Amino acid sequence: MDDGLSSGTEAAAPIRVVLTKLGLDGHDRGIKVVARILRDAGMEVVYLGLRQTTDSIVAAAVQEDADAIGLSMHNAGHMTLAPAMLKAMAEAELEIPLVVGGIIPEDDVQSLSDAGVAVVLGPGAPSEEVVNSVRAAVAAA
Amino acid sequence: MSLRTSPPEDLVARALDGDRRAVGRLLTLVERGGADAETVASLTQPHAGRAHVVGITGSPGAGKSTLVSQLVAGIVDNGTVPAVLAVDPSSPLTGGAILGDRVRMADVDGVAFIRSVATRGHAGGLALSIPGATRVLDAVGYSPVIIETVGVGQVEVDVTAAADTTVVVVTPGMGDAVQANKAGLLEVADIFVVNKADRPGASDARRDLELMLEFSHVTGQENENYRPPILMTNSLDGDGVAEVLSAIDTHRRFLDDSGERAVRTRRRIRFEIENRLAMAFDVTLAQRLAEPATEALIDRVAQGDLSVVDAAEQLRQMMLGSREN
Repeated sequence: MDDGLSSGTEAAAPIRVVLTKLGLDGHDRGIKVVARILRDAGMEVVYLGLRQTTDSIVAAAVQEDADAIGLSMHNAGHMTLAPAMLKAMAEAELEIPLVVGGIIPEDDVQSLSDAGVAVVLGPGAPSEEVVNSVRAAVAAA
Repeated sequence: MSLRTSPPEDLVARALDGDRRAVGRLLTLVERGGADAETVASLTQPHAGRAHVVGITGSPGAGKSTLVSQLVAGIVDNGTVPAVLAVDPSSPLTGGAILGDRVRMADVDGVAFIRSVATRGHAGGLALSIPGATRVLDAVGYSPVIIETVGVGQVEVDVTAAADTTVVVVTPGMGDAVQANKAGLLEVADIFVVNKADRPGASDARRDLELMLEFSHVTGQENENYRPPILMTNSLDGDGVAEVLSAIDTHRRFLDDSGERAVRTRRRIRFEIENRLAMAFDVTLAQRLAEPATEALIDRVAQGDLSVVDAAEQLRQMMLGSREN
């Protein structure tokens, strides 16, 4: 009976992702689609909604023991906000991947990666790419 | 990274020291079940038993999360730090979930400890991990621990076995007096909240609940020392929330003064034991049903050589037999 209790659920633990938007950015169609994509891939999406701060996102990720943080960005603030998020995560010793998606110009992708963003998903990224890149980033952490 | 590989013993020590990351990690271990979850249970048990556990339940969209957010703010003002376990459903198809209760709790998520929990296949309005998760939060000093169920219908009453005080949230337009007298959720409330009380029909909902409680009086179902209050709230702007907090406190004192708390503690223990056994039997059953012997029996039933009743009985005998080995 002990075997039954311990083997049944452990392997199947879903990936938990905190998904949100940082700062003043009200474009939430994309993030809602991404939430559905991740849910339908079997992940648990902790959706925080809009207008979060780096501190509120870190607090949520700590309490939720998230495996990754996903930020949706459509206000051209990614070059400022993504590094700010990484800094807040480092200060809290949160060693989980940051995934950024949204309107990210091709020219900025390398800088974001260099800054420590694990995955950058641009407009039109297919569902499989979203799911697989999150899985890969979590597995690599 | 170190936390991810820390043994439960270290995590419990750090959590008792106030490390929120360790608390978050412990809740994950509890959710995953298995040997680590059992270690966490036995290490936290000696520290638990101080927190009052409040269950908040009601239909989807009744305003549970918004009310919880307001309750948390009021509790913090009164000087204690509460924890919230906010349960949302897992997909029966993929196992995934969108846990959205924090959206309504943004004002308090830096103060209280809020954890979103997916049901992971469990019916009844809660997740199987809730008793263990409550124990962790209780042990590290959060009080009260508030459990918000998934949006429920009429029969999902698990929360009453997991909580000391059950608050049932209804809204105007929930139905008529006949609905209110159907068996189920409304029978188990310690406190009724008619939320969205600024909307038309709020006083009708209140009247229907009052009538339902009168009938409980007539049939003798009511507790003669405690009558559930019916409170009107508008959780968006906080109207009536102070009254809910005070009703929770009144109920807490009733539990202590009447001896009812001991009854509920026993009920909670029974519930947890029952759930653990059910989980173990489910696994055993699934393993047995996956065996070739089961397929052979299904073949015989399909061919008309055996009845379903006899096939199930043969499997039952085989399971009992293997258990004794």
